[in-house]
Amino acid sequence: MEKKLVLNSKWCKGCGICAEFCPKDVLAIDHEHCYVVNEKDCIKCGLCELRCPDYAIWLEEEDK
Amino acid sequence: MPSKLIESTMRTENLPHIWCPGCGHGILMRDVAQAIDNLGLDHDKVVIVSGIGCSSRAAGYMDFNTLHTTHGRAIAFATGVKLANPELTVIVITGDGDAAAIGGNHFIHACRRNIDITVVVFNNNIYGMTGGQYSPTTPTGEKGTTAPYGNIDYDFDLPELAKAAGATFTGRCTAYHVPQAIKLLEAAIQNKGLSMVEGLSVCPTYYGRKNKKGGVIKMYNWQKNNCIDVKKAEKMDPEELEGKILMGEFYHKEKPEYCEQYEAIIEKCGGNK
Ligand SMILES: Cc1ncc(C[n+]2csc(CCOP(=O)(O)OP(=O)(O)O)c2C)c(N)n1
Ligand code: SF4
Ligand code: SF4
Ligand code: SF4
Repeated sequence: MEKKLVLNSKWCKGCGICAEFCPKDVLAIDHEHCYVVNEKDCIKCGLCELRCPDYAIWLEEEDK
Repeated sequence: MPSKLIESTMRTENLPHIWCPGCGHGILMRDVAQAIDNLGLDHDKVVIVSGIGCSSRAAGYMDFNTLHTTHGRAIAFATGVKLANPELTVIVITGDGDAAAIGGNHFIHACRRNIDITVVVFNNNIYGMTGGQYSPTTPTGEKGTTAPYGNIDYDFDLPELAKAAGATFTGRCTAYHVPQAIKLLEAAIQNKGLSMVEGLSVCPTYYGRKNKKGGVIKMYNWQKNNCIDVKKAEKMDPEELEGKILMGEFYHKEKPEYCEQYEAIIEKCGGNK
């Protein structure tokens, strides 16, 4: 099953943890919110999901 | 819609939570939820009990049976719940102030009894909720509103304290090291007896600012670079371990559990008639 990176900006507090520890520099913070800037490099490791204190970013399984 | 895990373990209508940006409590709360989920426990048979503090707000967010009690008394309430219905999985989420200052006596005596409760202390080294007073885990020399020139007390090593008091499972994890934390919490919940897990949290707002820790990212990098698994530490030189903090499972021992002992007394006296 394919996995998709999902962001919920409403819950994101812009702490920057996900971007700092993403092994592939997929994420960045701008105006106190997280953005996906480089989706093609995402290896779907899920580390951002594990460390987001606000549950604002996660991997979702896409039914194909 | 949030992730499946959050949907099934949190009261999403109460989210986002009130914790500050980058607060480690959010990560540790997710770890507890993930551990419960990984163990496949029936959510209706899980009870989360907390006291008062930023950390203790967890009971308001987690979608299980929850009890948000008074400051320092979470373990006392949890003891009552567990004794009344030993079938339940009882998990206390507490802070360093809640567990080790005002609730210190409940903490050591629950350990001494070896009652089957898992106590997870979200340790941010300070009283976060009330604005940054020093706690029993504020390291010596560090600052708080009540220690503007540096704390002269020595800090508690909570897993050591729990072990000395009689707990049968102790360990430490960090907000940064998530997979390890989830594994440790699973083992702690499975231990039949008092399990104590110290979760090193991050309070950028009070502990961080008061002690010039350089903000959220620096504080997580500090955990990343300074917390070492006990097993790895065994192979390291003492010089390399200078200033490092150990994490992982520290202690695990079988010992008769309190509710079972109590049941045995009832049997001895003619049973539950
Ligand atoms: C009986 C009583 N005394 C004092 C307080 C004030 N108080 C509320 S939270 C708190 C400290 C919480 O610190 P901790 O348990 O470390 O949690 P944190 O907020 O740091 O997560 C104190 C002293 C209270 N609510 N009740
Ligand atoms: S870790 Fe979560 S809250 Fe923090 S910036 Fe990333 S998505 Fe936002
Ligand atoms: S899943 Fe991994 S690679 Fe993809 S954004 Fe998250 S941390 Fe980065
Ligand atoms: S004051 Fe500290 S412990 Fe409380 S929510 Fe803010 S960062 Fe977290």
